[in-house]
Amino acid sequence: MSLTQAFWAIIRRDLLLAFRRRAEMANPLLFFVMVVTLFPLAVGAQPNLLQTMAPGVIWVSALLAALLSLDGLFRSDFEDGSLEQLLLSPHSLSILVLGKIVAHWLVTGLPLLLIAPLLALFLGLPERAMPTLWLTLILATPVLSLIGAIGVALTVGLRRGGMILSLLVLPLYIPVLIFASNAVDRAASGLPVTAQINILLSMFLLSLVLTPLPTAAALKMSVN
Amino acid sequence: MSFIPAPISRFFHRTASPPHFYALANRFIPWLTVLFLLLLIPGLYGGLIMAPTDYQQGDSYRIIYIHVPAAWMSLFIYVLMAVMGGIALIWRMKLAEVMLISSAPIGAGFTFIALVTGSLWGKPMWGTWWVWDARLTSELILLFLYLGVISLHGAIEDKRNAARAVSILALVGVVNIPIIHYSVEWWNTLHQGPTVSKMDKPSIHISMLIPLLLMAVAFKVYYAIALLQAAKLELLKRESSAQWVKNLLEKTV
Repeated sequence: MSLTQAFWAIIRRDLLLAFRRRAEMANPLLFFVMVVTLFPLAVGAQPNLLQTMAPGVIWVSALLAALLSLDGLFRSDFEDGSLEQLLLSPHSLSILVLGKIVAHWLVTGLPLLLIAPLLALFLGLPERAMPTLWLTLILATPVLSLIGAIGVALTVGLRRGGMILSLLVLPLYIPVLIFASNAVDRAASGLPVTAQINILLSMFLLSLVLTPLPTAAALKMSVN
Repeated sequence: MSFIPAPISRFFHRTASPPHFYALANRFIPWLTVLFLLLLIPGLYGGLIMAPTDYQQGDSYRIIYIHVPAAWMSLFIYVLMAVMGGIALIWRMKLAEVMLISSAPIGAGFTFIALVTGSLWGKPMWGTWWVWDARLTSELILLFLYLGVISLHGAIEDKRNAARAVSILALVGVVNIPIIHYSVEWWNTLHQGPTVSKMDKPSIHISMLIPLLLMAVAFKVYYAIALLQAAKLELLKRESSAQWVKNLLEKTV
């Protein structure tokens, strides 16, 4: 089996597993919707306030939803031993890991794209900001999955890795959060967002190239 | 391997052996302490007493003699940790692992000091304890990075594995350092621009600059002392069943 075939086989396997457990797939999405719902209840329902807060609220919620879904990336494979099989494979582990991350993003990141415009509407975000919101989500949610994978790989062997995972991963998410919510904020005021989008794009490309390597190294450490 | 000259690599391997390092650290610590005091006392005297009062900020600017060196150290130690993490991952050098782990609490301490002194200075100057300014925020993120390293090391029971995990994390975290550095230019907000690093014409007077540099070097020496002490303890913990530790114990009893 060539490397490309192995890469696609991993994606197909993970997607199949995810579709067999559809209820679990919906969890991060529901979490996202509920966190966004909590904000108007907590800060009050003034339309002006919600409108100014909308980019930040949506992005913080998306970030927390991504964080919550991360644990499933390697956990079940670690428990049933298929992660060890992955490590034993003759192919480059970082490419195989990338396949797992892609599958994970398709299952948890992509649904956020579909529901986010609806939530933005609830919060009164101007319609002209919608394309930018989409673009930031398309560019930045993969970054969240890619960076998060390092954290999961480091903590998957631990019994209570969840808390440590958030401590490890959230600081690394901050640049993404800054530029993504700033882009949406500017777009809502009708300002150009090319710089922010370019930075997000470069973050995406950088993390696509760089993060599978430490993830693979960390997995080797965790499985040992 | 081959492009490192033999004497240098021999020196490294000898120094990296735990008993040799332990003895070496014991010999260095008193000298470093003397050097530290020689730098600290003139630095503090020059900064707190001799340096003139600032025409705008009055005496409250004097906190920079603690704040700025601590902030420099907080960055310096994290970068050094990443370097040691790289060494630990590539050459599996036990001593680099020990140094990395021992550096983390010291770095977190310096970061905390920088944050606290910054906020103490901010109260009379900006009228508030905390502003969400770029550099303050990135210093806070740096503290989180340190705490992540410390807690990850604490969570993994096998200490060799923990050291590998922490090395990877330190290398990943070091991508945050340029962001901290360039944040001044990126989100130019309330914080003062850099005053010292403009080498051609520093915007700080020479009588204020010299104590600051003395303090900066003093902090570096202090870090070396603290690091050697912590590394000694960590080595004893890790090698508690080794023969050299037993010999050491018999000698002291």
